[in-house]
Amino acid sequence: MAEVLAIENLKFSYPDGQPALRGVSLSIHEGECVALIGPNGAGKSTLLLHLNGLLQSHCGVVRVLGQVVRKKSFKTVRRQIGMVFQNPDDQLFSPTVFDDVAFGPLNLGMKEAEVLCVVQQALRAVGMGGYEQRSPHHLSLGEKRRIAIATVLAMSPPLLVFDEPSSSLDPVGKWQLIKLLRGLPQTKLIVSHDLEMVQALCSRVMIMNKGLITADGDCHTVLQDYDLLVKNRLAIAADEKAGDGSIKDSLE
Amino acid sequence: MKYHFLDQYRETGSFIHKLDPRVKFLAMLVMVIAVVAVPRTEWLAYGLFLILNVCLILLSRVPVAYVLKRSSVVIPFVLLVVVFLPFFKEGAEIGAVNIWNWHIGIKREGLLLAADIMCKAWLSIQSIISLTATTGMGELLKGLEKLKMPRIMIMLMSFMSRYVFVLSDEAEHLSQARNSRSFGGGIRLHVRTLGFMVGALFIRSFERGERVYGAMLARGFEGHSRFFDRLSLHFVDVVYLLIILVASAVIVLIPLLLRSISG
Repeated sequence: MAEVLAIENLKFSYPDGQPALRGVSLSIHEGECVALIGPNGAGKSTLLLHLNGLLQSHCGVVRVLGQVVRKKSFKTVRRQIGMVFQNPDDQLFSPTVFDDVAFGPLNLGMKEAEVLCVVQQALRAVGMGGYEQRSPHHLSLGEKRRIAIATVLAMSPPLLVFDEPSSSLDPVGKWQLIKLLRGLPQTKLIVSHDLEMVQALCSRVMIMNKGLITADGDCHTVLQDYDLLVKNRLAIAADEKAGDGSIKDSLE
Repeated sequence: MKYHFLDQYRETGSFIHKLDPRVKFLAMLVMVIAVVAVPRTEWLAYGLFLILNVCLILLSRVPVAYVLKRSSVVIPFVLLVVVFLPFFKEGAEIGAVNIWNWHIGIKREGLLLAADIMCKAWLSIQSIISLTATTGMGELLKGLEKLKMPRIMIMLMSFMSRYVFVLSDEAEHLSQARNSRSFGGGIRLHVRTLGFMVGALFIRSFERGERVYGAMLARGFEGHSRFFDRLSLHFVDVVYLLIILVASAVIVLIPLLLRSISG
């Protein structure tokens, strides 16, 4: 199977000197659905911004479908990665749903008849056909998130990247989203803390903590390893859970 | 989900709603220019324009009261401009105010001019409000783009109309968070927190701008964006524009005609 995404020893510090990535290496192959989980501030979102060059590091290499991500290759790379951001209000910036979904295809230089067709397909794929003329600020969060997914599907990228797709969704909305994501045939990288969703969707799980990948393996094995989860702030130790006031103790 | 008063009557489905936005924009422009071109104190022409406006509003099935109410927002601004006219204009004195031994005369010409400017402003804003009440922001922007308005301004207005609601939500959350924690305190404290809130809102908008730009780049944005062109002029659009043109011209010319007949 072809390697869709490869990262080698990626390091990055924010301008204030705070190191966010401290040598990340990973590789994702075609058809995989991989989860990247980790506590707040682990560097997950920072890592995502490197995938299509929104952030650039001097140290380390990111390859998308064999092509190194650098200024010259932005155009092709951005076409190959469909990035769904955490807050759909950031992703949906046009007056109507149609314009938003058409934004990517138009930038790719598609003809208008083609754009019309692609937009309808993408909206139907996320179950939002008929919403073309609605304006994004009149939609619910779940609907906005679906439209945000449609905006990247319209560009038919081989790799889809989701940043916290289930955050702030109600349980029904979350399971509808899981069903939707399960139906998408593309290679997927999902960043989340939502272990329930990860278990339902992904075959492989990577844990990231303090700017490093600390575990990488089969979903079942990783999520069953309780000590590993506790060590990476993804689960709370049994003794802390039981006693009252223990969370306060652990904070102190 | 938030429905804003701006979108209240955008879907009544009248034929005016379905007209091409370019035509509606041009018709609005024609009417505003015509109102401005009406010779001074020709009240008949203003009356006819009011009737024309009301007719158009009735045709668009937007409540007349809504447009009249919203158009009255212009009155304070115009009042500020014209309030001194009756005192400084040369002409026949019809009254006077005495402040100690300072005599200020109120001139007839000045009063008439003030009323005239008020009429012009009020009628113009009526045309503009009936345009925005019957045209979606997206459509209007597409129309303006087709009329060769600079792309950068179109994008600015488009972002503004998209994020004004998001920002007002954010401001509301901020003020709720403040209200739930602030009890009493002097005016100084209130002003201080208000300052912090404005600052926080500014920084949030700035950061949001960066995220939105990132999202645009991620979808292949390279500094110039193409809009999808779905506009097409129909027969009814051309007829509408012609009717407005002729009606406006006739209304402007009627006073002159009447005068030449009587003179």
